[in-house]
Amino acid sequence: MTMRIDLPEETLAGVLAKAFGNRSFVIGLVITLLVVAVALVSFLWTPSDVTRLVIADKTQSPSHVHWFGTDHFGRDILSMIMVGARNSIAVALVAVGIGMGIGVPLGAFAAARGGMVDEALMRVNDLVFAFPALLSAIMITAIFGPGAVNAIIAIGIFNIPVFARVARAGALAIWPREFILAARAAGKGMTRISIEHILPNIATLLLVQGTIQFALGILAEAGLSYVGLGAQPPMPSWGRMLFDAQTRMVTAPWMAIFPGMAIVITVLGLNLLGDGIADILDPKSRRRR
Amino acid sequence: MSLLEIENLSLAIGGTPILKGVDLAIAPGEVVGLVGESGSGKSMTALTIMRLLPYLARAEGRVAFDGIDILGATEDQMCALRGDDIGMVFQEPMTALNPVKTIGEQVAEGIRWHTRANRAEAEDRARKILDRVGLPEAKFPLSRYPHELSGGQRQRVVIAIACALKPKLLIADEPTTALDVVLQAQILDLLRDLVRENRMGLLLISHDLAVVTEMADRLTILSHGEVTEAGDTARTLSEQQHPYTRELALASMHVPARPKPHLAGSAKPLLEVEGVGRDYPGRRISLFRPAQPISAVDDVSLTIEPAQSVALVGRSGCGKSTLARMILALDKPTTGTIRFRGEAITGKPESALRPARRDMQVVFQDPYGSFDPRQKVEKLVAEPLHLLERQPAKAERREMVAHALHEVGLGPRDMDKYPHEFSGGQRQRLSIARAIITRPKLVVADEPVSALDVSIRAQILDLFAELNQKLGIAYLFITHDLTVARAFADEVLVMHEGKIVERGRAAEVLDHPRSEPAQALVSAMPDLHRAIARRLQEQG
Repeated sequence: MTMRIDLPEETLAGVLAKAFGNRSFVIGLVITLLVVAVALVSFLWTPSDVTRLVIADKTQSPSHVHWFGTDHFGRDILSMIMVGARNSIAVALVAVGIGMGIGVPLGAFAAARGGMVDEALMRVNDLVFAFPALLSAIMITAIFGPGAVNAIIAIGIFNIPVFARVARAGALAIWPREFILAARAAGKGMTRISIEHILPNIATLLLVQGTIQFALGILAEAGLSYVGLGAQPPMPSWGRMLFDAQTRMVTAPWMAIFPGMAIVITVLGLNLLGDGIADILDPKSRRRR
Repeated sequence: MSLLEIENLSLAIGGTPILKGVDLAIAPGEVVGLVGESGSGKSMTALTIMRLLPYLARAEGRVAFDGIDILGATEDQMCALRGDDIGMVFQEPMTALNPVKTIGEQVAEGIRWHTRANRAEAEDRARKILDRVGLPEAKFPLSRYPHELSGGQRQRVVIAIACALKPKLLIADEPTTALDVVLQAQILDLLRDLVRENRMGLLLISHDLAVVTEMADRLTILSHGEVTEAGDTARTLSEQQHPYTRELALASMHVPARPKPHLAGSAKPLLEVEGVGRDYPGRRISLFRPAQPISAVDDVSLTIEPAQSVALVGRSGCGKSTLARMILALDKPTTGTIRFRGEAITGKPESALRPARRDMQVVFQDPYGSFDPRQKVEKLVAEPLHLLERQPAKAERREMVAHALHEVGLGPRDMDKYPHEFSGGQRQRLSIARAIITRPKLVVADEPVSALDVSIRAQILDLFAELNQKLGIAYLFITHDLTVARAFADEVLVMHEGKIVERGRAAEVLDHPRSEPAQALVSAMPDLHRAIARRLQEQG
């Protein structure tokens, strides 16, 4: 007979052992948890109040009082980064939620129905996808006015076609399998099969895509607030801090370096996490390790 | 002198012993069969000879090929051997070829690599060997892609690749398992001729005792990584000294007992299929002509009576499975009507089909693919229960699942396991449990035993027979394996290119086939009794 070397059984302990043996997963997880922890701590405590302007302390270089220095209004950069993390994570998280919540059912429905419905849905998807995300976000905020909520909606809309495509592609690969045929022979309808059989089988795919979209969402939020369409002052945000730092790059470089680092590290951490999850859950990559 | 000598070969993968002291020898021009059930270590023995073992595998003992110590050879030496002096044919012709390369390129690849021939020379040799394996250039140019060929033709390409450089040893790992019996006979003939022409040694790995008996001079029987018996094929199988050999031979010829065969014409038909056809849109050849539809099933009529067992036999691609799907209302016929218990099921919306679906269930071929890997057995087996008028409560549902599992020989504790925790045979039992949980009147079984080992196959056939007697379930058995049809069916229908070409009582059709497709099927069918008798006769 064929060689059927069954994959090692997927117990929770087994998956965990594999996960902690995967370097990019561990590094990504540590960075992500750190960023989340910083955001949570900012609710309770920050080194100083980010809404209070102390003009006398403006553009001070890093010192033991202000670890990351101060900006042109004398606000503590470290505190601003901490509060900014809150904003970035919230925007990206909700945006991914919108993308998944609408995109996944759409993609699964397109895959289940097939034919003209599928064709029409996916072409509309292509249309949305064809607009550069930032451009459509600028359009939305231009119409509805700037602010964190509109930024969330804009980024969320741009996430929908991504998840719709991933869900549809995953579902299309599951539909022709025999266990789906068996479920159909048991009289289950399209919706029921999609929920009971398709979704659990494409969940890992969606999880990986979710992590990547989360990182992209943080970047997009930074981009939007950089052009002044994201969170409005006095709420600090990483993109806005970079904008403020732009004209003072030579005189106060720390104003650009630290928020820039925050963005880079967060995005890197999330990407590593996504790669790690993909590696752990993909049976094909298991052999290589 | 032997071409290949394996002495006391032991193999462990990550500490788990796979092979224990295997001995095997092949002389030039000799065909040796390696028989055993899945997991017995057959394929691992082949991979050891090729030194293509998985990571973490450790082999001990001696493997000598043509004077070269295989286990001690460097990777460079092995690369020179593989594909040149040792060729290999795999089971699955669908995956053994690279889908993005033409067959010419794939055959020429090995020739160019090993002989340093230039492109033109290599293609010339590729053309010759493809012609030899029955793919003449006039009909099958080198520029064909694998997907343009049928399964049997693809297996010929795989054999051409393996034999292009006239290897001294050919290893064929289940070369015909994925093919229907007629193609199997053709491929076996081809292998036999190639062995004779080139004085090649052939190691034929198979779970099918009849195939090996027809082909092999000597055979080695493997069980759980150990050789249980080895020797001359005819003598080993006629004397059956080792109990395991006897077990295998008995299982290969197993016929389930059915004390009460069904008497035709006694009742109102359960299923009536009338003039059913199914067309698929064909490929457009010309821009100006509409595409010609391809007819998968063409004007088929049949009836099944309650508790009757009907076998639908035919070669792969003859439309058997398409017909089954239409009967199960998973596909819509282009023409004709299907009536179940006198009521038409064609052209009805899904909601109106519920009563029919409740009484009509299905068992698929592949016990690995027919279960959602992420659900537990309880949920999987209970799947058809939602068709009931009254939804059972949770405790009652568990009770019903436990009862169904009991009927197929599994325990109630199996309910909380996942499908991957079961063996192939057990999974097929689960599949049957799922099919009978609603107490259906008809079960459509699409090649239900062809992916199973002989001993497991015997058990599953027994189970089908038992359920037929106990619950009065009618079966539509779809198979290309005539022993299954003979063992089981009251009536046999032979299907060929979408049409039913012959029908009648099982014994009649199988012993005296009248139509040409039926005759081809019957004559290609490997038969253990006949094969042993012929071998003994040859030896005098």
